[in-house]
Formats: sequence, structure tokens, C-alpha cells
Amino acid sequence: MSDVREKYEAVIGLEVHAQLLTASKMFCACANQYGAGTNTNICPVCTGQPGALPKINRRAVELGIRAALALNCKIRSESIFARKNYFYPDLPKGYQISQYEKPYCEHGKITVRLKTGEEKQIGITRIHFEEDAGKNVHAPHGTLVNLNRAGVPLIEIVSEPDMRNSHEAGQYLRALHSVLRYGDICDGNMEQGNFRCDANISVRKKGEAKFGTKVELKNINSFRFVEKAIDFEIDRQIDMVERNEEIKQQTRTWNSAKNITELMREKESAHDYRYFPEPDLAPLIISDSWCDEIKKAMPEMPDQVRARFQTEYGLSDYDAGVLTASKELALYYQEATKTSGNCKASANWVANELLGRLNAAGKEIEQTPVKATDLGDLILRIEKGEISGKIAKTVFEEMFETGKTPGNIIKEKGLVQISDTGAIEAAIDKVIAANPGQVSDYKGGKVKLLAFFVGQVMKETKGQANPGMVNDLVKKKLS
Amino acid sequence: MSALNELDIQSLLSGYEQKQFSVQEVAESCLKAISEKNPKLNALLEVSPEKVMARARELDGASQDLSRLKLFGVPVAIKDNFLVKGWQCTAGSKILEGYRSPYTATSVKRLEDAGALIIGKANCDEFAMGSSNETSAYGPCRNPWDLERVPGGSSGGSAAAVAASMCPASLGTDTGGSIRQPASLCGLVGIKPSYGRVSRYGIVSYASSLDQVGPFSQTVWDSARLLEVMSGFDPLDATTSKAAVPNYTQSLVESGLSQVTLGIAPKWLEGLDSDVKKAFDNSVAALKKAGATIIEVDLPRTKYSLSVYYLIAPSEASSNLARYDGVHYGLRAKDFKDSETLYNRSRGQGFGKEVKLRIMLGTYALSAGYYDAFYLKATQVRKLIQEDFESAFKKCDAVLVPTSPSTAFKLGEKSDDPLKMYLSDIFTLPVNLAGLPGISVPCGLDQKGLPIGLQMIGRPFEETKLLQIAKAHEQIHGVMKRP
Repeated sequence: MSDVREKYEAVIGLEVHAQLLTASKMFCACANQYGAGTNTNICPVCTGQPGALPKINRRAVELGIRAALALNCKIRSESIFARKNYFYPDLPKGYQISQYEKPYCEHGKITVRLKTGEEKQIGITRIHFEEDAGKNVHAPHGTLVNLNRAGVPLIEIVSEPDMRNSHEAGQYLRALHSVLRYGDICDGNMEQGNFRCDANISVRKKGEAKFGTKVELKNINSFRFVEKAIDFEIDRQIDMVERNEEIKQQTRTWNSAKNITELMREKESAHDYRYFPEPDLAPLIISDSWCDEIKKAMPEMPDQVRARFQTEYGLSDYDAGVLTASKELALYYQEATKTSGNCKASANWVANELLGRLNAAGKEIEQTPVKATDLGDLILRIEKGEISGKIAKTVFEEMFETGKTPGNIIKEKGLVQISDTGAIEAAIDKVIAANPGQVSDYKGGKVKLLAFFVGQVMKETKGQANPGMVNDLVKKKLS
Repeated sequence: MSALNELDIQSLLSGYEQKQFSVQEVAESCLKAISEKNPKLNALLEVSPEKVMARARELDGASQDLSRLKLFGVPVAIKDNFLVKGWQCTAGSKILEGYRSPYTATSVKRLEDAGALIIGKANCDEFAMGSSNETSAYGPCRNPWDLERVPGGSSGGSAAAVAASMCPASLGTDTGGSIRQPASLCGLVGIKPSYGRVSRYGIVSYASSLDQVGPFSQTVWDSARLLEVMSGFDPLDATTSKAAVPNYTQSLVESGLSQVTLGIAPKWLEGLDSDVKKAFDNSVAALKKAGATIIEVDLPRTKYSLSVYYLIAPSEASSNLARYDGVHYGLRAKDFKDSETLYNRSRGQGFGKEVKLRIMLGTYALSAGYYDAFYLKATQVRKLIQEDFESAFKKCDAVLVPTSPSTAFKLGEKSDDPLKMYLSDIFTLPVNLAGLPGISVPCGLDQKGLPIGLQMIGRPFEETKLLQIAKAHEQIHGVMKRP
């Protein structure tokens, strides 16, 4: 199979719906708030009462402009809202206010770092504003509708079909997520559906210019699932082509229990959304001076933080890159360092131990069981000589498994480092008494045996003796 | 002295000021007129004596002197496509039967803040689609001048209520002539303000880019007063203008015509009903005699107005009326199996024939493959019509034309022929397409004794000028008598 796959390449484009971090909804004053009581954040506008009219949330536009600036887009000075007409119970007006022919920005790009160490640029076709729909709730006696989410502001970010495999797609999403999080544009919470991804995937033989028929994967709610779903879909499509089967234009969804994509519906072009300019809203005017104002007040973006980590913490470009891959990670590192007081050690622990462990467990930094302050505390205890680096790794493992603080684990397991000269000397005496042969060999000139004695002493003290002190004391005793 | 229900706003206000009568007395007099006349006219769909009298008592009993408010104690009927909290809002449709407004339209709120008293909800064509009030799901409204005839539409009930002295004023909406045409057919003053002058927040949208709120009254001064109270920017309607609102009634003091140039478009006047033509010519001659300069203007592209209107308005309507789907409020069909049948049956049962016709027309015009040829083309021609008016207004201050090509027609006379019905609005449609202010004033009676209306069309946001010309015309003609 892998040989056959080599003949093909995938073409992937992504559409991301990101919920904007505003206090109120896109076109009314209702709270934009997750988890409120059913149908409490509603008003005549977002429930589509007769006569109610939309008005544009200026804050939502500002956050949209931030995203446009951060993604190097060309901003349109006069963009148009449009109605997308379709019937669905969670859509109270019978149309969604969106943007169609004239979105507020286009032609952007984002740089993505790949595991090979290379960088790749992914084009952003367009970003436009739209409002979210409500939510159908299926109850035993019928379907109910919760309109709290109806009218919540979204931006839809559409990429160029620039990605060729699941890794590139995953890295693009992580980079985009990171920009939106750094910019305080979107909270990025994928479980709550605040950052949702649809993927368009097709395959073609390498060297062919024409795209294959695309399949759309809808609403995948984690980076890993996106990668898995794309891998599955690429294999599925290649198999079909190899068997001379026709790939139909479809919308599919990821079944994370079965690890497969499943058919949702055939060919979407059956829909005719009858887009036309929204007559209730004037064109959206975005002036250069408004953009400049927003630019000045822009939060630190990933590249700026990366540069700052090098100057402020003395990190290498590589480490700084790893630690600023997401805002959560950068914040985590900053917090751990603040507690530990050691930039380099903190960088090593976060980048190697923590990320390695998270990766093995299939988790993202947001899901870490180890608090940044606890990791900082662990590092501080090594610095102070309370535990050895080796013990620290055991403690860390325990922290990761249980979420307990290092202090508690050390106390519970009696792992405090032995720095008491008397106790260490007693252990050394025991080892010397038990190994007369090695003692005479050492004294006869085999100085390499020092490591043996140190090892035996560490064993005797269950690894808790301060290794530096053991080293010094063994030398002294045997001299 | 006339009965209290027959007084115009200006007389009511001075009567209140001189403590000649109370708001409760006026309200009782209006309610009495309504109970006598409404069974025959069907002008009002909801009347609530309790609410009316409670409000009247509130106004009479206010601790501070409210009589200086601009509309203190003025009873106003509101077309049933406005939302007024606690009142029904059916828009003349079965699909909204029993719907109670959860909030109040900005225009109505401003009237109430100025001391007005809502007297009832007025009949209208279903979703304001019609020119005779015959598409109302609650039965046609009749013309107080002749019960066999229509009052015009779509704001037929609002016009009939004032013409029948149920109240001194009312509000309507005008998307293609729905205030001016019934004002003409019922012998009243009616204004369609510039697009963006009055908030649309809280009126049931028909065609958002054309809809405007406006008043009906017996006199020019009264309409000016209602307009100055309602007009102005509304943060809830993004299409309202921030332009300052002039004191319209104050400006009526200067209504001389010596500096005024009026345009007439001879091509518009071909094929008119002869009585209408005669009345129009008389008015023009009188205005000329009073000092106005009369010139001819050409509006060559306005001949496309009917076609343009019947692409743009139904397109917007097809989307605006999508919310009436049986899911959230309003009529829900009982026998549905799934969301598809819920939609089809609720909308199938709830909408009338004319509404369905326009939804179909608009859906078609917006469909992929037809959009460019229909909707887009119509919006382009709409701009040309605007340009026609712009060039005419370089030469004149207002364009004069009859409001309606004929006087009130009989019930059923045009209801089977949509095109014939649509032609009733031939002189009013271009004004909405161009976003201009238009006012209809009475200018005589035909041989059958039915009122004829004269329409004055002005530059955007120059309502003041229009009102001054209308006032001068009223001084020459006198206020129209009662039916």
C-alpha cells in the first residue's frame, strides 16, 4: 500500500469557524456566553421576531480586523453583508447574515513549521464575518431549540488548497489557533465548538495539475482528529482511485470511536442559498486609520513572543520556537520559570519532559495534569538540592499521573535527598565493608571503580543521597 | 364645535391647553365613533377600550403638566404591521394570528413618549402586499367615501380610520405607495418620508430597502407634527440617517411659493383618468398663480419602475418572510411529520395567495443562474431611476404627479388581475426605488364625489420643502371636507 500511496498526493484546504471573544452577539446586545441557562441570552433580534433589525457589533469587527492583520490579509475598505437563505429550525430568521461576494478581507498567509524543521507558507483565501446558528436539542418528545448561540459572532477563515498531507493541515490549524489565541481574538476552545474545522480533501496522481473530486469533512473538534480523519480519507480515496471507482462529491464526518469517516450527505450543490446583499445593514466601512489604531493596540503575536523569549530568557531560537508554538504553552513556560527562577532548566523540563509526556498520552498543553507552578516548584527543589534530577523524574511521572504537587509526593514517598554527612558516611562504610576486593583494587590504582562505589552507595540510600556529596565522601574514605 | 373625534391634532392640542376637554373625553368620543363605524368599515382589527382608557387616565392624571408634549392626548391608529408591546401584530396575515408583540417599534415609542394614545391596530393588506386592502386575511377594509369601494392599500385601515374620524391620525408603512395611494383614495394627507428618515425597527419587514414609516392626517400641519416626532437616527436601525431633524411644523410658517420651481413630467400624464387629469391641472395652475415656477422635466427611466419594483421587493420579501416557518411563533400546522412538512404546511396554510405569489417571484429572481439577469439587473436600473430624479432636481424643487391614476375602485374590480392592481402604484413606486420623500395631498373630487390626490416628490431629506409646498397648496384648496 505504501508504494501505491507514493504515486499520489493529497490536496487539502481548510475552513475554520472561530467564535470571536466579544461580550455581546454579532447583531444584538445579548451576552455571548457559553453554558448559560437554555434560551436566556435571547432578544427580539436573535430570535428573529417580526420587525427586529440587526446592528453590527463594533468590537466583533475590531477582533476580525486583528485576525486580518495577524494573517497578513488585504482588508477591503467597504465590505458587504449578505443573506444566506435556508430553512433549519435552529436558524430563526430563515437566513444567516454572512458575507459573500465582498468579504472584509482576502489574500492572507501564515507560516507553518513542519516536523522536518522546514517552514511552509499557507495561503488564506478570505476571512468573513457571520453569525452562528442556535442549537437543536433532541428530546424524547421532539426536537427543541436553544437560541443562546444564535447570533454569536464568528469569522470563517478559508485557506488556499495548499496543504499536501495531514501533518501540514494539523500544523496549519495549530498555527492559526495560536495566532487567534495570542491575539485574544478567539478563546480557541474546541470542545465548546469555539474553533471548528471543516476540511476539503481530494487526491490526484503526482504531477497532475487538475484537482480530484473533493470530499468535505465537517466539524472535527480536535487537531488530532483532523489529522487522523485526513489520513483516513486520503487512504480511502486512493483505494477508490486504484479500484477505478468514482469519487463522489460528498460531505463526511469523523467517527472518533470507529476511527473512520462516514457519509453525512451527497453533493452540497443541491443547496441554492440565494445570497443577496443584506438590505438591513449598510456596507461595512473599515478605514485605514481604524486599522492603524487596532494595529497599535495589538497583543503580542507568536513571532514577537519567540523573539522575546530569546532575549529575555536566553533561549535558543529552536527552544523559543517550541515554547511559543501556542499561547497556552508560552504562558505555561513563563509561569513555570517565574516559580523556578531558572529559565534554561524550565525550558528543558517543559520542552522535553512535559511535551514528551503529553505527546505520548495524546494530549494538548491545555489538558496537562501538571500545573505550571508545580513544575516550577519541582525544578526549584532540584536547584536547592532537595532532590536529585533522577528522583525529580520519578516525582514528575507521579505528578503527571495523579496531578499531585511535588511537595506532597516527596513527603509521601520519603524522597527527600540525603545531605546529612553522617548518614552518607554510614552507608559508605557499609559498602566498603561488603566489597573488600574492589577496595583493594581501587587502592591499587583502578580509580575507575569510583563510579561503582558511588553507585552502590546510591543504591544503599535508595537514590536519595546527594550524588555530589557521595562522590566527595567516597573519595575521601578510600584515599 | 365639531365632535371631539373629528378634531384635527392642532385643534386637539389647543383644546387641551385651554382645558376645554380631557384626554378621557376625547378617547371616549373616538371609541364611540369606532364602535359605530368599524363594523361596516373593518378599518381596525384590534381595539382595546381598556388599554385606551387606562392610557387616557394616565395622561389626564399625570402629576406634571404634560400638555406641552408634542402629541399630548392625540389618539393614533397604528397599522397592524407595527409591533406595539402587548398589542397584536398580524400584518394582515393568518400566519401571525394571535401573535402578541414583545416590544414596541421605535416610531410608535417616539409617538408615545410625545404623549400620543394608541387607539387601535389598523387593517392592511397581508404583509403590506396590495393596493386595495383586499389581501388582508381579516377581510377587506371599506372606503368611508363609498362602502362599495376600496380605501386603497396596503395601509387601507389606517387611511379609512382617519377618513371616518375614528381618530385624527394614524401610521402606515409605504413600500411602493402604501401610504400615499390610500391617502389619495380617502382624501387625506399622507407622507412617505425619505428612506432612512424614520426608523423601521419594529415594523414587519416587507422589502427592507424600500419600506418606510409615515403618517396619515387631515392636514399638512398634523402630518408635519407626527413626522418631526418620529424622525431621526435610531441605533436599532442601521439604515436610519444621522441627519438632524428639522422642526417641520415651525417651517410651515414660511410657505410662500415665489422661490419654488415645480417640475411636471408630461409623459407621466398620458392616459390618465380625465377627472384626475383635470384636478391635477387645476392644482398646477393654482400653484403657478400663487407664484411657483412650473417647468417640464423628463424622467425617462421611471417607466421601468414597475418591473424593477416587482423584482426587488419580492426578492427581499422572499427572504424577510422566511422567519414565518411555524417553528418559533405564529401559526404552526397541526399535522406535520418532520421539519419539511412543518414548514410546507405551516406556510401553505398561513400565507395568502398574493404573498405566496411574491415569495415565489422573489425566490426565483434570487436563484442561482437567474440572479444576474433579474435581481442584479433590477438593482442597476434602480440606480438609473435615482439618476433621473437627481437630474430633474437640478432644475426643480419638487416633481408633481397625481398620486394614483384613478380614484377609489370597487371591491373585486382589480383583485383577479395582479397587473391591473400593480398599475395602481405606477406613480408612487419610483419614489420608493429612489429613496425620496413623497407626500400626497387632496386636490379635489371626481364626478362621483371621490377624492383625488396630488403627489409631490422632493429631494432626499428635504421634507421641509415638500411640506411647505403642500401647506401652500392646502391654503389655496382648503382642508378636504369629510366624507
